[in-house]
Amino acid sequence: MSPLLTQEVPLSWYLLLSAILFSLGVVGFLIKRNLITVFMSIELMLNGVNLSFVTFAHQWHAVKGQIFVFFVMMVAAAEAAVGLAIIIAVFRARATLAVDRIDRMKL
Amino acid sequence: MHLILFLVFAGLCLAGAINLLLQSHPINSALSLIVVMTSLAVLYLLLGAEFLAAAQVIVYGGAIMVLFTFVVMLLNAGREERTLGSRAARAIGFPAVVAILAVIATVILHAQGLGVARLSDGITSTDELSAVLFTKLLLPFEVTSVLILIAILGAVALASHSGSKAEERTGEE
Repeated sequence: MSPLLTQEVPLSWYLLLSAILFSLGVVGFLIKRNLITVFMSIELMLNGVNLSFVTFAHQWHAVKGQIFVFFVMMVAAAEAAVGLAIIIAVFRARATLAVDRIDRMKL
Repeated sequence: MHLILFLVFAGLCLAGAINLLLQSHPINSALSLIVVMTSLAVLYLLLGAEFLAAAQVIVYGGAIMVLFTFVVMLLNAGREERTLGSRAARAIGFPAVVAILAVIATVILHAQGLGVARLSDGITSTDELSAVLFTKLLLPFEVTSVLILIAILGAVALASHSGSKAEERTGEE
């Protein structure tokens, strides 16, 4: 087998990348001041978690880990549709996307 | 080869995520999120998940991000103003993020028996995946389709013009 194919990467690096992506998502959730970018940070967190699911599916040679990621993707798609519809409704009522100015639950 | 591919795309992924935080215009953040998602698709392929790599590009990089950019353009979202945010977020949030990252990193680095990934590991074919998905997990799959249907109806109801009290109020003004 050629040396290029046998080169290996420890799975812990993948897990570390996924942890860093998740933390960056949390930081984005805290520092971003636009409703849409706050929502994007949530998607970033979901993606970080998906990477660690795929990594563990590779580690245990289990198909179910990948299927779980598939379900997470479907739920994320539904969540994005509903979330963005809520953002449109909020924008229509308040005419702003700044989270500092959206501080009441009532429309 | 695996190492090079991993380093390149992990680097792209992190650069995109950091750029998402640094950009102040939502459309730039959306574009860097697309970079993150497509490089994650390559990482999935490196881990042997071919179906998920394709689904990642189609569902995340395609459908969801089109929705995001569409909403950014529809609402004409401008630059966000930088404020310091709440004091609680600064005082508790950031230390908590650092603590969580430190704990997870320590656990990962001390974990025993974590394997390695090679290019020669072989991939999980879509055949194998669908054999489990459509036999053992058929009920959750069907329930998810109902969930998507409800989400579509909810999105239409929320975003439609009629039936919104706030809409009538702004109309009167």
